[in-house]
Amino acid sequence: MNLQQLVEIGAEERRTRKPIVIRCCIAAGCWSAKSGEVIRQLENSVQQAGLEQQVHVAPVGCLRLCSQGPLVAVDPHEKLYQKVNLATAPSIVEALAGGTCEAELCDPNAPFFQRQASVILENSGFVEPGRIETYLAADGYRALHRALLEMTREEVIEEVKRSGLRGRGGAGYPTGLKWSLVAKTPAEQRYVVCNADEGDPGAFMNRSVLESDPHRVLEGMAIAGQAVGATQGYIYVRGEYPLAIERLQTAIQQAYGLGLLGSNIFSSSFNFPIDIRIGGGAFVCGEETALMASIMGERGIPSPRPPYPAERGLWGLPTLLNNVETFANIPGIIRRGAEWFRSHGTPQSPGTKVFCLTGQVANAGLVEVPLGTSVKTIVEEIGGGAAEGHSIKAVQTGGASGGCIPAALFDTPVDYDSLAKIGSIMGSGGMIVLDDTTDMVDIARYFMQFCMTESCGKCVPCRAGTVQLHALLQRILAGQARREDLQRLELLCDLVKQTSLCGLGQAAPNPTLSTLQYFRAEYEARLTDSPTSPTCLAKEN
Amino acid sequence: MNTSAARSSSDEDGRFKLLDVALQQQGYRQDALIEVLHLAQKSFGYLDPSVLRYVAKKLKLPPSRVFGVATFYKLFTLKPKGRHTCVLCIGTACYVKGARELLAAVEQTANIHAGEVTADGAASLTTARCLGACGTAPVVVYDDAFRGQQSAKDVSKCWKDWLTHEPAAAS
Repeated sequence: MNLQQLVEIGAEERRTRKPIVIRCCIAAGCWSAKSGEVIRQLENSVQQAGLEQQVHVAPVGCLRLCSQGPLVAVDPHEKLYQKVNLATAPSIVEALAGGTCEAELCDPNAPFFQRQASVILENSGFVEPGRIETYLAADGYRALHRALLEMTREEVIEEVKRSGLRGRGGAGYPTGLKWSLVAKTPAEQRYVVCNADEGDPGAFMNRSVLESDPHRVLEGMAIAGQAVGATQGYIYVRGEYPLAIERLQTAIQQAYGLGLLGSNIFSSSFNFPIDIRIGGGAFVCGEETALMASIMGERGIPSPRPPYPAERGLWGLPTLLNNVETFANIPGIIRRGAEWFRSHGTPQSPGTKVFCLTGQVANAGLVEVPLGTSVKTIVEEIGGGAAEGHSIKAVQTGGASGGCIPAALFDTPVDYDSLAKIGSIMGSGGMIVLDDTTDMVDIARYFMQFCMTESCGKCVPCRAGTVQLHALLQRILAGQARREDLQRLELLCDLVKQTSLCGLGQAAPNPTLSTLQYFRAEYEARLTDSPTSPTCLAKEN
Repeated sequence: MNTSAARSSSDEDGRFKLLDVALQQQGYRQDALIEVLHLAQKSFGYLDPSVLRYVAKKLKLPPSRVFGVATFYKLFTLKPKGRHTCVLCIGTACYVKGARELLAAVEQTANIHAGEVTADGAASLTTARCLGACGTAPVVVYDDAFRGQQSAKDVSKCWKDWLTHEPAAAS
């Protein structure tokens, strides 16, 4: 494979494209609303109408408005239909020949779509995840070619550094710096690992990216592999994502077939195979040292850092670990340059971020916005606010490690530093909208229960602390807690936060602390003065 | 009875052969343990102690390590599942959209708790921490088919069908 052949495959794909394309979303949200059946129905209708030469039915990735799925778009008519079913699907095809369409129209000019950006998701909803040709038609693998044959390893790392890209897994560590640490560590062999163990409840960005545009992630990984001098890549995917795993397998095979992964990529001396590792349903495996233990076939139990994976990772060798979305940003940065990337977002948090807007909000789905966009814009304009008759109370970000942002602080810009300042975190990108019917103490209890059951049990503060915290929260909910219990809750939160071994335990108190900070009245209203109320920690002195 | 026992043992032989193929494909690498267990569970339905011991022997790993891994990860089950499976998502988005009520409704209809199988083995009920289909919350997976925006009525109806139409013993 050389550049000319690569360009030719893409050009051929564009040349042979039929004049009308019906794009139907087959990412997880629409898939669960039976979009697979809708596609078959659309294909049948096209055949019956004898329109095979003019119309192509394309199974594509996420079209973003998941709550109204299955979504179907028709090009070049710029029509978007929502909640398409077997009954209304044929009329979409009939409408092409002048018939009337019975499918529900969705306004592509609505703020939900217009206020969004398209950087990471630029191909999502356009390329067909099952056909590499469509990715090549969108200039796919051109960045890899550039990185391999037109740039040195140092130049690639320098470009990523200049872009200011920060880790999209949530912690926000500068990506370029991480790459240079791995590249500088002397070793015979290095590894690149993509963390697709998207464990936070309410987050499905990685899943959408993998299901919609898998090659983008593979290309980003291969560029990273070349830059840090790695010889093998792994993608660690949650076992709960069978569709993403299937599409990744197809994508990897197709890339191997064209010599874009594997041995002698672009006829160079660079070899980079990528293997999939499937998780077993353990939240703690999102933590990097636990994830690496799991890749090596062991129980996913974290180990103390340092040494960081950049020095000693998989099998004791330097390992670069980045999130799916971080890798998905790389091809764009290499192809269009660091300045282009920096033109989105803020100086400290450049670029865009994909969020999953869900919960008690009118428009739920996948949302990409430049960093620095206010919570209000995301929730009120893009999300369309609460359901009628209700008002929004808070937004929960960062999953079990994050916090709740109260409505009063909705002017806060969404970037790493601003969210940390108000006691939440950006996290991987889950944004769950909570309306006035939500009991905030119950939300705190819900997340504590989550951390309690997901604790791996290695360190005492997390293993025992989360159990006690959960018991305290349950007592408060039951109206049996006294004022001392609330103090004990706060003390214990601090202890678990300061002394746990890994991120799971260190962040487990966050949802409780942030609801205590902003919704303390809900806790206090439940306290009792009754001296007969037994104390929770039965074994205390 | 005899014929079905004989058939099930030959089925089992076939499944061990499949497992051998999987082990071979992974080059008997010890770090492929989780992949092998996934495949074993797919063909056997669950991880019986005999299967775990077999894997331990083939990968030259101590049985404690194999049991440790199999019991650490939630997706592995050491008990047989029901003929139908129902997975209720209790991720945050589903939770705030009423997953708790759904769970209570199923538990009442099926007369079992999450993590259990009905006495006749017709169906098993489990919960998941997040299935990543939050845009269509609350989500339920019936026999591997995802369904969004489910109501207590939807889930109970499906369970009633399973419990009444399912013959007591599959022939």
